[in-house]
Amino acid sequence: MAKYLSKLSKSTRSNLYTVTAILAAYIIFTVLIATGNMSNLLQGLLIQIFYYAILAISLNLTVGILGELSLGHAGFMCIGAFTSAFFSKCTVDIITITWIRFTIALIIGAISAAIFGAFIGFVVLRLRGDYLAIVTLAFGEIIKNVINVLYIGIDQSGFKFSVKDSVSLNLGEGGQAIMNGPQGIFGTPNDTNLTICVFLLILFYIIISNLVNSRSGRAIMAIRDNRIAAESIGINITKFKLLAFTISAAMAGVAGTLFSHNITILDSKKFGYNQSIMILVFVVLGGIGNIRGSIIAAAILTLLPEYLRFLENYRMLIYAVVLIIIMIINWNPTCIAWRKKYSIRNLLSAINKKKEA
Amino acid sequence: MSFISYLIKGISLGSVYAIIALGYTMVYGIAKMLNFAHGDVIMVGGYILFTVMTSLGQSPILAVLASIVFCTLLGITIERIAYKPLRKASSLAVLITAIGVSYLLQNLALIIYGTETKFVTSVIPIPTIKLAGGNLAIPGQTLVTIPVCIVIMVSLTVFIRKSKTGRGMIAVSEDKGAAVLMGVNINKTIAITFAIGSALAAVASVLMFSSYPSLTPTSGAMPGIKAFVAAVFGGIGSIPGAMIGGILLGIIEILGRAYISSQLADAIVFLILILVLLIKPAGILGRKMNEKV
Amino acid sequence: MKKSLAKVLSLILALALTFALFTACGKKDEDAKEKGSKGTQSQDSGDKADKDGSGKSAGKFLIGGVGPLTGPAAVYGTHVEKGASIAVKEINAAGGINGYQIEFNFEDDEHDPEKAVNAYNTLKDWGMQISLGAVTSNPCKAVAAETAKDNMFMLTPSGSATDCIAYDNGFQVCFSDPNQGTASADYINEKNLAKKVAVIYDSSIVYSSGIYQKFAERAKDCNFEIVAAEAFTSDSNTDFSVQLQKAKDSGAELVFLPIYYNEATLILTQADALGYDPIFFGCDGLDGILAVENFDTSLAEDVLLLTPFAADAEDEATKKFVSDFKTAYGEIPNQFAADAYDAMYILKAAIEKAGVTPDMSISDICEALKVAMTQISVDGLTSAGMTWKATGEVNKSPLAVAIKNGAYVSVQ
Repeated sequence: MAKYLSKLSKSTRSNLYTVTAILAAYIIFTVLIATGNMSNLLQGLLIQIFYYAILAISLNLTVGILGELSLGHAGFMCIGAFTSAFFSKCTVDIITITWIRFTIALIIGAISAAIFGAFIGFVVLRLRGDYLAIVTLAFGEIIKNVINVLYIGIDQSGFKFSVKDSVSLNLGEGGQAIMNGPQGIFGTPNDTNLTICVFLLILFYIIISNLVNSRSGRAIMAIRDNRIAAESIGINITKFKLLAFTISAAMAGVAGTLFSHNITILDSKKFGYNQSIMILVFVVLGGIGNIRGSIIAAAILTLLPEYLRFLENYRMLIYAVVLIIIMIINWNPTCIAWRKKYSIRNLLSAINKKKEA
Repeated sequence: MSFISYLIKGISLGSVYAIIALGYTMVYGIAKMLNFAHGDVIMVGGYILFTVMTSLGQSPILAVLASIVFCTLLGITIERIAYKPLRKASSLAVLITAIGVSYLLQNLALIIYGTETKFVTSVIPIPTIKLAGGNLAIPGQTLVTIPVCIVIMVSLTVFIRKSKTGRGMIAVSEDKGAAVLMGVNINKTIAITFAIGSALAAVASVLMFSSYPSLTPTSGAMPGIKAFVAAVFGGIGSIPGAMIGGILLGIIEILGRAYISSQLADAIVFLILILVLLIKPAGILGRKMNEKV
Repeated sequence: MKKSLAKVLSLILALALTFALFTACGKKDEDAKEKGSKGTQSQDSGDKADKDGSGKSAGKFLIGGVGPLTGPAAVYGTHVEKGASIAVKEINAAGGINGYQIEFNFEDDEHDPEKAVNAYNTLKDWGMQISLGAVTSNPCKAVAAETAKDNMFMLTPSGSATDCIAYDNGFQVCFSDPNQGTASADYINEKNLAKKVAVIYDSSIVYSSGIYQKFAERAKDCNFEIVAAEAFTSDSNTDFSVQLQKAKDSGAELVFLPIYYNEATLILTQADALGYDPIFFGCDGLDGILAVENFDTSLAEDVLLLTPFAADAEDEATKKFVSDFKTAYGEIPNQFAADAYDAMYILKAAIEKAGVTPDMSISDICEALKVAMTQISVDGLTSAGMTWKATGEVNKSPLAVAIKNGAYVSVQ
């Protein structure tokens, strides 16, 4: 086994470790839940951790690997969440086998978000740096605002749309407003479970790490490192940028689907720039371009505010302070040097050296 | 007639955005960071105004001065504690720290002042001017906001072009390394930039809360984002651009609300922003940087 | 560097998870203890009994609530928490419910359904037996769905959307949004207040758009006409000049404001600057407008509102509540606080009616209270003689009040 492991390339080995760690965590969690040893809070949070981890790695593809700052990632999540919730809500009585319905919902979430991603990518990827950031932020806000005024209902004569209010839907007898403006979609079936979340996270982790090591991935990173040089060796910039952007959006759409099927009420308020920034915080904290780091950071920052509840009124204040301190510890040159000097490995080797002496 | 009236409203709203955008664009141009906490400094300025005028019962002039002094010190402190240690880090790391500072200020205000809305007494006691038989109303605040905005814009431009510190700022924004070689003290220059930016935020809070007096811990967040959009509109880093961007944004928002849809006014603003950036990728007055390999 | 970072982070994560697991185990231990002590009352001895004495099984009702304590909607959550706390103190001081004390815990949800579920789970870990749902509408729907799964009794003080009580374990203290819309339209109709009505509402919140839609529906059958319906969103809730100008241009004599008082203060100020002086008519969200610090209340002169609670009311109960609230928190309570205060007394009445005791299971409590709720009639701050239908909807009468000389005056 050890021999086999050492034959693998360094990156494959590291991926294997991560996947094993996720699986091990999954098994531990399942056992704990089955034996009733996990708090309700943590049980609820586990699923959230996994879909936020998916969001974080998908954004890391745009920010870390493609090297473009996107502040509208929640918009793609929003598209995925609403389209899939809409589908599930409509078909909950027609398709009664949960896993079939949920699989279709996931595919719908992914595809609709991918279409939007491709469209937005096509429009905005000619912009660069902070201008791209602001345009993605703008798109995110547009999506949020438009969904907030969208009313869709169904009655005998079929679907009816309005962008004004539910009164102007003029639903007939027995009609039902499915998407009801700011009230959103209520009563989405709770199809998300831990197993599917874990499966999708591992799947996406493998997809992204393979992409990074593939020809396309190297082209994408070449664009990040030096656009002009990449262009001059014949890399089709638009194609590869669009590729990365679309994959990233599709994964966010899947995360949105997991989100909307985990909670009974879905409203567009959730998907503002604050949410996009929150996902960006996961990415930056975990290390830009570091996929595993994103997963860990998503887990920590999802748990942190919940486990600070004992601070009561000071909870969000302390959370902000912790955020600032973590950023400084992570990025300040003096802190980095200090951390290296006193890292566990260094301390261990120092002890070993002493022993030897 | 109503069109002219909307136009005036737009300029009035836009001039508030413009003055916030000036602070944004200053900091961005020189420190190359998106200071997401800028909006919250405005909120703090509002609370200082409220405390000095209403709780302590002092004169408006004292309140304005106190607000400017406090915000300036706050800006310098934030820069020193939260941003300076990250001078060499990725700009994204600084962006996240700025968001942390923004949460921090909002929650501090929440703890100190509570959740209840406060009403800020207008510092500008000019009544509304009514023209055309009362059909056309120009709020008194607008009459002050626009001249103040122009004065600030002109003096900032002169300060940056003519004074030694100002030229140091230009040098830092163009090339930090070269600026050091030319004897510019980067830390000092950036600290001064933050001081000016925060003082501008205090002025913005005076003007903003004179027009829209309702004050809560999150009052600064949305104007902050809108002003950021305005700064990008005009070409981020450009001082006249911020002013033009702000006023245009105000006009678009009001006219969009009036003639297209009141529910989708924000979406319209953002849509037009995207269109502008697609046509002029660096904003209206932004310079297009030529990249080199 | 990235690697070492990942290591530091994974270490923290591991610690956090271990911590979480341990707390979870601790909780379970207590639960097990509780179960044990339930079956065989005096088996436990020494420190265990002591621990239980201060904890749950000594006979306390554990009631939990969820609401925004931070963020833009924080004012509503804090008022609910404070209002409920005052009621809890009073009830406990007066000997509790059937001799059992109440313990009340309130968690922050940041006005976000996802966080509301987390807060609800935190409270469940604490041992909550009865839920006050959530303060704001959409988070309340999310919590309602969770309580339905657990079959825990839920009485929301202020979640006014119809879906908040979509499940049969949920009840409301406040009016539902549709009822407010209908009642407002009927009132304007009956009193012939205006022929042309304009509406300014917040299209981004459930409360406001819910009332508006029902109002617009009802208005079709009324003797007035909606000449302008202008929206704003919580992202642009400072400048109302366009909405006011349109209302003015359309010749509306009455402006209906189904919104909260924060925005209403700005609307009144800007209408004054515009020289527009129609009748302003609002719902319970406007209550609190006179308490906004430093707001020129003369601008609110003659504003009409249909509200179940007014902090200036002259009855003894309201006076006492308002003065207690002021002493405790230095603020004037709004209708959220009053609804929460009532919620506690409603729970008390229902528990007394059903004869529920804290050692019953959550589900049994729920079943018993569900029945009791339809049988009780409660006189509270927000209405006298409140009764409930099995759907969870409350039956109470709104009160029309006008603002005169900076105070609320009830009108017939």
